[in-house]
Amino acid sequence: MSENKVVVTFRTTTEAMAWERVCKNEGLPGRLIPMPVQISAECGLVWLIHAREQERLMERATELGLKCDKVIQLV
Amino acid sequence: MIYLDQAATSYPKPTEVSEAICASLLQAGNSGRGGHHLSLEASRLVFDARWEIAEFLGAEDASCIVFTANATESLNLALFGLLNPGDHVITTELEHNSVLRPLYNLEDRGVEVTILPADRQGCIDVSRESLTNHLRANTRALVCTHASNVTGNMVDIASVGEFCKEHNLIFIVDAAQTAGYYSYDLKNTPVDILCFTGHKSLWGPQGIGGIYVKPGVVVRPLKVGGSGIQTFSRTHPGQMPEALEAGTLNIPGIAGLLAGIRYLRSLGLDKVRHVEGELCRYFYRGVSKLVGVEVYGDFRAPLRCPIVSLNVLALPSNLVSQRLADDYSIYTRSGGHCAPLMHRALGTDAMGAVRFSFSHKNSREELDTALRALAEISGDLL
Repeated sequence: MSENKVVVTFRTTTEAMAWERVCKNEGLPGRLIPMPVQISAECGLVWLIHAREQERLMERATELGLKCDKVIQLV
Repeated sequence: MIYLDQAATSYPKPTEVSEAICASLLQAGNSGRGGHHLSLEASRLVFDARWEIAEFLGAEDASCIVFTANATESLNLALFGLLNPGDHVITTELEHNSVLRPLYNLEDRGVEVTILPADRQGCIDVSRESLTNHLRANTRALVCTHASNVTGNMVDIASVGEFCKEHNLIFIVDAAQTAGYYSYDLKNTPVDILCFTGHKSLWGPQGIGGIYVKPGVVVRPLKVGGSGIQTFSRTHPGQMPEALEAGTLNIPGIAGLLAGIRYLRSLGLDKVRHVEGELCRYFYRGVSKLVGVEVYGDFRAPLRCPIVSLNVLALPSNLVSQRLADDYSIYTRSGGHCAPLMHRALGTDAMGAVRFSFSHKNSREELDTALRALAEISGDLL
């Protein structure tokens, strides 16, 4: 059975690229992918992670002052 | 060939810049327009450039930096995007047409414009008393160049910015000659908008520039359209920096600009400014000794841009510049330099001026050759 996935959405491409840059530097999980058609978001890129990684990622993102829009569970 | 026209565009560009431009053509797609490798590489490049420019200018963060084609586009964006009929704006006689022409256009649409006069040395009185005298109830903004492209005289933007902050005016700075020369600390300076070009002291290619917008300042876009975000919205997104960047960005230009800034940082901005300042003073001392040469600008100021503009006797500036190019392979700029009010203030509107402008890539030997050439030209006429 495949693992549950979560995406982090952004308001702008600049937010998405800032997120990727900091996450890579911090060794945080995830990668940028095109926005899945089943969700609606402002930016065409989202950050894809496994659901089990969500808590750690979002805690650290908050500490680092990273901006995003929403966190959405993929079904 | 001796290139002394650095204020028009810096030359020769560093190898790193041309290599970065070529690499971007081969390795980058379109920024913000997809999630595949080439598109992401372009988006990363654009973001890295925003980030490093923000750092270089001491800005709050990367979202304050918007890419444009040049300082002229940035100034048009700021002036048309902030001023409305009924507003009053203050500017100066030091300005380039990139400020004056948008303001004349806005004046025709009902914006009131006050132009602060310059003296014969090309200086303006930006004292608190002077600025207060020009304030009106509807004054909304003050726009001025940080340095005259004709004389190299600089304006004390920290003091003008404080005045603007106290009086709730938007302060717009034209940094065409100073970005890459002056050390900015924008998050701690009361500058709301800073317009810059990439191809002068930042050592990038032509066709790329930018605008810094302080967080909280809202500028109407000049153009709307593709943004890579909010596809199904009828209106262009309002979030910075995409709010002001409709259409595909100039990725090769941005790559070149980023390489130019990295080059400059590797040399050290303070060191570059010191070298260029020394060259400028050396040339000024040399031309000051020549009979029949009149130099324009205030050379008592501790900080100025590396520009020396002059005329030789009553000779039209174009003839001097042409002779320097033809007989000595020395490249300068003559004429009005797109700054008509500055020339009127200097009394040079009829003949223009020959502008010598320097970078750290020039040498004293080159300046000695130029000084000898000027001595010969003026000597022939005496």
